[in-house]
Amino acid sequence: MKDKTIDNEIVIDIKNLKKSFDTLKVLDGIDLTIYRGENVAVLGRSGTGKSVLIKIISGLLKPDSGTVKVLGQEIDKLSLEALQELRMKIGFSFQNSALYDSMSVRANLEFPLVRNKRDLSKSEVNNAIEEVLHEVGLSQTINQMPSELSGGQRKRIGIARTLILKPEIMLYDEPTSGLDPITSIEINNLIVKVQQEYKTSSIIITHDLTCAKTTANKVTMLQNGKFPKIGTFKEVFSSDDESLRSFYDYNFINDK
Amino acid sequence: MKTDSEMSKVEVGKKYVISKKIDAFFIDLYNVYTFILRFFREAFSAPFEFKEIINQCYLVGYKSLALISLTGFITGIVFTKQSRPSLANFGATSWLPSLISIAIVKALAPLVTSLIAAGKVGSNMGAELGSMKVTEQIDAMEVSATNPFKYLVVTRITAVTIMIPILVLYTGFVGMMGSYLNIHKTELTSFVAFFKSAFANITFLDIYASIFKAICYGFTIGVAGCYQGYHAENGTQGVGKAANTAVVISMFLIFVEEMVIVQFVNAIR
Repeated sequence: MKDKTIDNEIVIDIKNLKKSFDTLKVLDGIDLTIYRGENVAVLGRSGTGKSVLIKIISGLLKPDSGTVKVLGQEIDKLSLEALQELRMKIGFSFQNSALYDSMSVRANLEFPLVRNKRDLSKSEVNNAIEEVLHEVGLSQTINQMPSELSGGQRKRIGIARTLILKPEIMLYDEPTSGLDPITSIEINNLIVKVQQEYKTSSIIITHDLTCAKTTANKVTMLQNGKFPKIGTFKEVFSSDDESLRSFYDYNFINDK
Repeated sequence: MKTDSEMSKVEVGKKYVISKKIDAFFIDLYNVYTFILRFFREAFSAPFEFKEIINQCYLVGYKSLALISLTGFITGIVFTKQSRPSLANFGATSWLPSLISIAIVKALAPLVTSLIAAGKVGSNMGAELGSMKVTEQIDAMEVSATNPFKYLVVTRITAVTIMIPILVLYTGFVGMMGSYLNIHKTELTSFVAFFKSAFANITFLDIYASIFKAICYGFTIGVAGCYQGYHAENGTQGVGKAANTAVVISMFLIFVEEMVIVQFVNAIR
């Protein structure tokens, strides 16, 4: 998976983005451009504010200053209706999956679809559900409740729920956290599959270097509210920056 | 554009105007005020969530029916048993049906039903929404282009506001039946004579006032439960706190409203 599907069209354009919580500067002048079909991994230690970035992109948080353009629209200047319209093109996979506990897998997948595409027939809805479940390899779980699923299955269903609206952009928040190495590899492969089959552009928030290396065309690392370097995995981690080197070393990646 | 997470919630600043607790109290009042305003704004704008309102009505009404029936019936019997000796001292046991109907229709049915609903429905709303909030399910709903306030909050408050008056009427009926069975057993009063006597001193104003009270109590339970749940934070501890606070606040407000509405009804009588 590298660069075959990347287009010149900019889908996410972030300029001088700043966000603080009380005195803590989480994002301190971030610039990031993502092209259509491109996967970008944002690495960083826990608590550095990586998730804040994608919450701003999806309109869950408001930036203090700077501009965030998604598909050409400045996100914090949109009306609620326009934002809802735009959100249909953005898929957000949450760290803990955020499946609706009281609904079955079918109802979880049906929920965004029937609410946003009210003209779909029952059979079209069923077909869409079966299709995304097949994509994530969990067709057999359709009538199960989220509490009956494993961590990896919940992640997959969470991704399926976002895919059902056929998004142009995917935002993954720690997709492999809390998973065993084999399930992590399966999730990484699924992210790549989604990029190729759904032609999505993605931001992958992670502290897992294997995930970043496997899934992303470009990587960057959030340090002190800034991205000191953006580039391919090799470019970023072959630099002389001490903090990047130590982050790399602590992750025990052997295939430099 | 304010995001849903940032709507109807203002936090206490670092510099206090009076003191941290007093500032927090007034800020909380303001937050509840904006929460209620938002409820009315969203309740009367399309799209309407009729299916979910009916589902919530079922959960609030039908699922509370057994508990309400039992407590209403026991209230009727116990109140009749407790009142009889006092009236018997004056040879006025024939007034029992009137006394019981006044007590049940004017005060006991709305209060008992609402307090039980505050405990059962209010805590459930606080815990359910709180749990959805801390596990990012509300955020997930929002990013999937669904308005969580309309789907979760408006439907619940509407359902509980509709169902409490119906439950109050039902509790009143069950309570009166409990009372009738006790009076029939002791004084051998007939069904017709009991209800004729019971409703002799009840006016339509009393029934309207009870329904009005029930609407206010239902709305209060809905707002307290949903507000606490929707703004829950700090993980599972926050969920427990939201459920607990929802019950305590709604019970307290129900008694305050009872006092105000009784004064108001007596003034227009």
